[in-house]
Amino acid sequence: MTEKTFPAEINELAQVLVFLEEELDKAGTGPKLMVTFAIALEELFVNVAHYGYPDSKGNVKIGIDTSGDSIVVQLTDSGIPFDPTALPDPDITESAEERKIGGLGIYMVKKSMDSMKYEYRDSQNILTISKRK
Amino acid sequence: MEISKKKEESKLTVGLSGRLDTLTAPQLEAVIQNDLDGVTELVFDLKDLVYVSSAGLRVFLMAQKTMNKKGSMELCNVCDDIKEVFTITGFADIFTIK
Repeated sequence: MTEKTFPAEINELAQVLVFLEEELDKAGTGPKLMVTFAIALEELFVNVAHYGYPDSKGNVKIGIDTSGDSIVVQLTDSGIPFDPTALPDPDITESAEERKIGGLGIYMVKKSMDSMKYEYRDSQNILTISKRK
Repeated sequence: MEISKKKEESKLTVGLSGRLDTLTAPQLEAVIQNDLDGVTELVFDLKDLVYVSSAGLRVFLMAQKTMNKKGSMELCNVCDDIKEVFTITGFADIFTIK
Protein backbone atom coordinates (compact mmCIF):
# COMPACT_ATOMS: atom_id res chain seq x y z
CA MET A 1 0.00 0.00 0.00
CA THR A 2 1.34 3.42 -0.97
CA GLU A 3 0.63 6.03 1.69
CA LYS A 4 0.68 9.80 1.81
CA THR A 5 -0.44 12.21 4.51
CA PHE A 6 -2.31 15.44 3.81
CA PRO A 7 -3.55 18.28 6.03
CA ALA A 8 -7.31 17.81 6.52
CA GLU A 9 -8.20 20.98 4.61
CA ILE A 10 -10.48 21.51 1.62
CA ASN A 11 -7.82 23.26 -0.41
CA GLU A 12 -5.71 20.08 -0.30
CA LEU A 13 -8.34 18.25 -2.35
CA ALA A 14 -6.62 18.84 -5.69
CA GLN A 15 -3.37 17.31 -4.36
CA VAL A 16 -5.28 14.36 -2.90
CA LEU A 17 -6.86 13.64 -6.28
CA VAL A 18 -3.51 13.98 -8.06
CA PHE A 19 -2.08 11.34 -5.71
CA LEU A 20 -5.02 9.03 -6.44
CA GLU A 21 -4.78 9.52 -10.18
CA GLU A 22 -1.02 8.91 -10.23
CA GLU A 23 -1.36 5.67 -8.30
CA LEU A 24 -4.30 4.41 -10.36
CA ASP A 25 -2.53 5.40 -13.58
CA LYS A 26 0.46 3.26 -12.62
CA ALA A 27 -1.91 0.32 -12.22
CA GLY A 28 -3.44 0.97 -15.67
CA THR A 29 -6.89 1.74 -14.28
CA GLY A 30 -9.55 2.69 -16.84
CA PRO A 31 -11.27 6.10 -16.86
CA LYS A 32 -14.57 4.86 -15.44
CA LEU A 33 -13.05 3.30 -12.33
CA MET A 34 -10.81 6.35 -12.00
CA VAL A 35 -13.82 8.69 -11.86
CA THR A 36 -15.64 6.39 -9.43
CA PHE A 37 -12.69 6.43 -7.02
CA ALA A 38 -12.10 10.16 -7.47
CA ILE A 39 -15.71 10.91 -6.49
CA ALA A 40 -15.53 8.54 -3.52
CA LEU A 41 -12.23 9.89 -2.23
CA GLU A 42 -13.39 13.49 -2.65
CA GLU A 43 -16.55 12.82 -0.62
CA LEU A 44 -14.64 11.07 2.17
CA PHE A 45 -11.73 13.50 2.31
CA VAL A 46 -13.99 16.56 2.27
CA ASN A 47 -16.05 15.02 5.06
CA VAL A 48 -13.02 14.76 7.32
CA ALA A 49 -11.84 18.23 6.29
CA HIS A 50 -15.25 19.72 7.17
CA TYR A 51 -16.12 17.84 10.33
CA GLY A 52 -13.17 15.77 11.55
CA TYR A 53 -11.25 18.42 13.43
CA PRO A 54 -13.71 21.06 14.67
CA ASP A 55 -11.33 22.67 17.17
CA SER A 56 -7.89 22.00 15.78
CA LYS A 57 -5.91 21.17 12.69
CA GLY A 58 -5.18 17.59 11.75
CA ASN A 59 -4.16 15.22 9.02
CA VAL A 60 -5.60 12.50 6.87
CA LYS A 61 -3.41 9.62 5.79
CA ILE A 62 -4.43 8.11 2.47
CA GLY A 63 -3.33 4.63 1.49
CA ILE A 64 -3.84 3.15 -1.97
CA ASP A 65 -3.32 -0.52 -2.84
CA THR A 66 -3.69 -1.62 -6.45
CA SER A 67 -1.81 -4.93 -6.15
CA GLY A 68 -4.79 -7.29 -5.74
CA ASP A 69 -7.97 -8.03 -7.69
CA SER A 70 -9.56 -4.95 -6.17
CA ILE A 71 -8.39 -1.38 -5.78
CA VAL A 72 -8.32 -0.50 -2.09
CA VAL A 73 -8.28 3.05 -0.72
CA GLN A 74 -7.96 3.71 3.00
CA LEU A 75 -8.36 6.97 4.92
CA THR A 76 -7.00 7.28 8.44
CA ASP A 77 -7.54 10.31 10.67
CA SER A 78 -7.36 11.04 14.37
CA GLY A 79 -10.32 13.45 14.39
CA ILE A 80 -13.61 12.96 16.21
CA PRO A 81 -14.92 9.38 15.95
CA PHE A 82 -17.33 9.14 13.05
CA ASP A 83 -18.69 6.01 11.40
CA PRO A 84 -20.09 6.94 7.97
CA THR A 85 -21.23 3.36 7.37
CA ALA A 86 -23.75 3.83 10.21
CA LEU A 87 -25.51 6.77 8.53
CA PRO A 88 -29.06 6.06 7.36
CA ASP A 89 -29.48 6.20 3.59
CA PRO A 90 -31.12 9.39 2.31
CA ASP A 91 -34.60 9.10 0.79
CA ILE A 92 -33.76 9.32 -2.89
CA THR A 93 -37.40 9.10 -3.97
CA GLU A 94 -38.23 12.60 -2.72
CA SER A 95 -38.99 15.37 -5.21
CA ALA A 96 -36.67 18.33 -5.78
CA GLU A 97 -38.68 20.44 -3.32
CA GLU A 98 -38.44 17.95 -0.47
CA ARG A 99 -34.99 16.78 -1.24
CA LYS A 100 -32.20 17.43 1.24
CA ILE A 101 -28.56 16.98 0.43
CA GLY A 102 -27.26 15.66 3.76
CA GLY A 103 -25.70 12.23 3.66
CA LEU A 104 -25.75 12.13 -0.11
CA GLY A 105 -21.99 12.05 -0.57
CA ILE A 106 -21.56 9.03 1.70
CA TYR A 107 -24.49 7.33 -0.02
CA MET A 108 -22.81 7.87 -3.40
CA VAL A 109 -19.66 6.22 -2.06
CA LYS A 110 -21.58 3.30 -0.55
CA LYS A 111 -23.47 2.63 -3.78
CA SER A 112 -20.49 2.98 -6.08
CA MET A 113 -18.05 0.74 -4.13
CA ASP A 114 -18.09 -3.02 -3.57
CA SER A 115 -17.33 -2.50 0.09
CA MET A 116 -16.93 0.25 2.66
CA LYS A 117 -15.63 -0.71 6.11
CA TYR A 118 -15.11 1.39 9.20
CA GLU A 119 -12.93 0.72 12.23
CA TYR A 120 -12.00 2.87 15.21
CA ARG A 121 -8.63 1.78 16.51
CA ASP A 122 -5.95 3.51 18.61
CA SER A 123 -8.03 6.72 18.60
CA GLN A 124 -8.14 6.72 14.80
CA ASN A 125 -10.93 6.52 12.26
CA ILE A 126 -9.95 4.00 9.60
CA LEU A 127 -12.22 3.86 6.58
CA THR A 128 -11.53 1.41 3.79
CA ILE A 129 -13.27 1.31 0.42
CA SER A 130 -12.66 -1.19 -2.33
CA LYS A 131 -13.89 -2.08 -5.78
CA ARG A 132 -12.90 -4.81 -8.22
CA LYS A 133 -10.70 -3.78 -11.13
CA MET B 1 -13.79 24.11 -14.55
CA GLU B 2 -14.83 26.49 -17.34
CA ILE B 3 -18.30 28.05 -17.44
CA SER B 4 -19.76 29.58 -20.61
CA LYS B 5 -23.05 31.45 -20.74
CA LYS B 6 -25.28 32.09 -23.74
CA LYS B 7 -28.45 34.10 -23.35
CA GLU B 8 -31.19 34.11 -26.00
CA GLU B 9 -34.15 36.15 -24.76
CA SER B 10 -35.39 34.23 -21.72
CA LYS B 11 -33.32 31.12 -22.42
CA LEU B 12 -29.95 30.74 -20.71
CA THR B 13 -27.56 27.99 -21.78
CA VAL B 14 -24.74 27.29 -19.35
CA GLY B 15 -21.91 25.18 -20.71
CA LEU B 16 -19.68 23.38 -18.23
CA SER B 17 -16.35 21.76 -18.92
CA GLY B 18 -13.89 19.99 -16.67
CA ARG B 19 -14.68 19.03 -13.08
CA LEU B 20 -17.62 20.15 -11.00
CA ASP B 21 -16.34 19.34 -7.53
CA THR B 22 -16.09 20.78 -4.03
CA LEU B 23 -13.61 23.40 -5.21
CA THR B 24 -15.40 24.54 -8.38
CA ALA B 25 -19.08 24.20 -7.35
CA PRO B 26 -19.13 27.73 -5.79
CA GLN B 27 -18.43 29.22 -9.26
CA LEU B 28 -21.58 27.61 -10.60
CA GLU B 29 -23.53 28.54 -7.49
CA ALA B 30 -22.67 32.19 -8.19
CA VAL B 31 -24.15 31.87 -11.71
CA ILE B 32 -27.36 30.40 -10.29
CA GLN B 33 -27.62 33.23 -7.79
CA ASN B 34 -26.76 36.07 -10.13
CA ASP B 35 -27.78 35.24 -13.68
CA LEU B 36 -31.30 33.80 -13.52
CA ASP B 37 -33.26 37.08 -13.52
CA GLY B 38 -35.85 36.87 -16.30
CA VAL B 39 -34.75 33.38 -17.29
CA THR B 40 -37.59 30.90 -17.88
CA GLU B 41 -35.60 28.24 -19.69
CA LEU B 42 -32.31 27.05 -18.19
CA VAL B 43 -30.17 24.56 -20.07
CA PHE B 44 -26.95 23.05 -18.79
CA ASP B 45 -24.74 21.70 -21.55
CA LEU B 46 -22.54 19.05 -19.94
CA LYS B 47 -20.80 17.90 -23.12
CA ASP B 48 -17.33 18.62 -21.75
CA LEU B 49 -18.01 17.91 -18.10
CA VAL B 50 -16.05 14.86 -16.96
CA TYR B 51 -16.81 14.74 -13.27
CA VAL B 52 -19.47 15.73 -10.76
CA SER B 53 -19.35 15.24 -6.99
CA SER B 54 -22.11 15.73 -4.42
CA ALA B 55 -21.15 19.40 -4.13
CA GLY B 56 -22.03 19.74 -7.82
CA LEU B 57 -25.29 17.84 -7.36
CA ARG B 58 -26.23 20.26 -4.60
CA VAL B 59 -25.88 23.20 -7.00
CA PHE B 60 -27.94 21.47 -9.70
CA LEU B 61 -30.64 20.82 -7.10
CA MET B 62 -30.56 24.46 -6.05
CA ALA B 63 -30.99 25.49 -9.71
CA GLN B 64 -33.86 23.03 -10.14
CA LYS B 65 -35.67 24.45 -7.11
CA THR B 66 -35.23 27.99 -8.43
CA MET B 67 -36.46 27.05 -11.92
CA ASN B 68 -39.46 25.10 -10.57
CA LYS B 69 -40.86 28.49 -9.53
CA LYS B 70 -40.38 30.21 -12.88
CA GLY B 71 -39.81 27.87 -15.77
CA SER B 72 -37.91 24.81 -16.84
CA MET B 73 -34.45 23.32 -16.53
CA GLU B 74 -32.71 20.58 -18.43
CA LEU B 75 -29.33 18.92 -18.57
CA CYS B 76 -28.13 17.95 -22.03
CA ASN B 77 -25.19 16.06 -23.54
CA VAL B 78 -24.66 14.12 -20.31
CA CYS B 79 -21.96 11.46 -20.62
CA ASP B 80 -22.53 7.92 -19.31
CA ASP B 81 -20.30 8.27 -16.22
CA ILE B 82 -22.18 11.34 -15.04
CA LYS B 83 -25.54 9.77 -15.90
CA GLU B 84 -24.54 6.94 -13.59
CA VAL B 85 -23.88 9.41 -10.77
CA PHE B 86 -27.37 10.88 -11.30
CA THR B 87 -28.88 7.40 -11.28
CA ILE B 88 -27.12 6.22 -8.12
CA THR B 89 -28.26 9.28 -6.21
CA GLY B 90 -31.83 9.29 -7.49
CA PHE B 91 -31.33 12.61 -9.27
CA ALA B 92 -32.01 10.98 -12.64
CA ASP B 93 -35.72 11.06 -11.66
CA ILE B 94 -35.65 14.69 -10.52
CA PHE B 95 -33.78 16.29 -13.41
CA THR B 96 -34.75 16.39 -17.06
CA ILE B 97 -31.77 14.73 -18.69
CA LYS B 98 -31.33 14.71 -22.47
